[in-house]
Amino acid sequence: MTSEVPKSISCAEFQAQLPDLIGAGDSAADHPHVRECALCRELLENLETIAEAARQLFPEVEPPDDLWDQIDSAIKEDEKGKGELAN
Amino acid sequence: MKGPDEEASGAGPIELAVGQSAPVKSTPGRESAATNVSPELLERAQAGDHHAFAEIYALHKRRIYSLCLRMLGNAAEAEDLTQEAFLQLHRKIGTFRGESAFSTWLHRLAINVVLMRLRKKGLQLISLDEAMEPTAEERPGRSFGTDDLSLTGAIDRLALQRAIDDLPAGYRLIFMLHDIEGYEHNEIADMLKCSIGNSKSQLHKARLKLRDALRIQSREEGR
Repeated sequence: MTSEVPKSISCAEFQAQLPDLIGAGDSAADHPHVRECALCRELLENLETIAEAARQLFPEVEPPDDLWDQIDSAIKEDEKGKGELAN
Repeated sequence: MKGPDEEASGAGPIELAVGQSAPVKSTPGRESAATNVSPELLERAQAGDHHAFAEIYALHKRRIYSLCLRMLGNAAEAEDLTQEAFLQLHRKIGTFRGESAFSTWLHRLAINVVLMRLRKKGLQLISLDEAMEPTAEERPGRSFGTDDLSLTGAIDRLALQRAIDDLPAGYRLIFMLHDIEGYEHNEIADMLKCSIGNSKSQLHKARLKLRDALRIQSREEGR
């Protein structure tokens, strides 16, 4: 579907180009089609909003306190195994 | 799959400014004051100093565990993978030559551990056919309609979490690597042994799927 404002490319053509434009900084928002087309501008804003909201979903968390003990044991086992192989 | 921080972050909406500018991407494994490994500490760890290695663990455990938890969505597997990542680090730390920041190098090592696990689990990381031949419902133009609902404003946290969890595995992986971990398409293509175009295409489809899922949910709530 295209909006009524004449544009250099159609919405379908612009959306076909979107995979190349996304993740390319501000270039998608600066595209001439986006400046003219409210629908594609909204699509782009929606996609950016979702990406930003998703980032807020995944803050960093602490691992369990005893994880180091497990890693420490695994390292010692690993070193023991290497030592046995060398002998 | 339950979100890693569901309890900590609550279930309310995520408030976003209407029409806000492009989101700021994080840098993968970025070095910060909290994770900065001094050259002396690194040298000691490389020389086999166990206490130095424990210090490096303490500095990076949060970042690496969180990465594993995001990618797998399961605490037990995240612990297992964090252990594997630090075991690998212990084996390979002597090969670190400082060509990139230590935290970036470690982050990438951990990503490789995660990818190996996903492959072992039989996850088809990339499907070229899927990426190159969109289904009718994914073709451009589908996103618009008279019942189009704007998503700018508040996004329901649980609905978004559910939508991300429901993404096809390949889409979810690329979405997490690009939008959450902050990797560029060329880096993702290198990690997954796929083309840059494939990575871009799958990310775009992942975002469209999330948008559609949130719109459907919004519409159902409006009934």
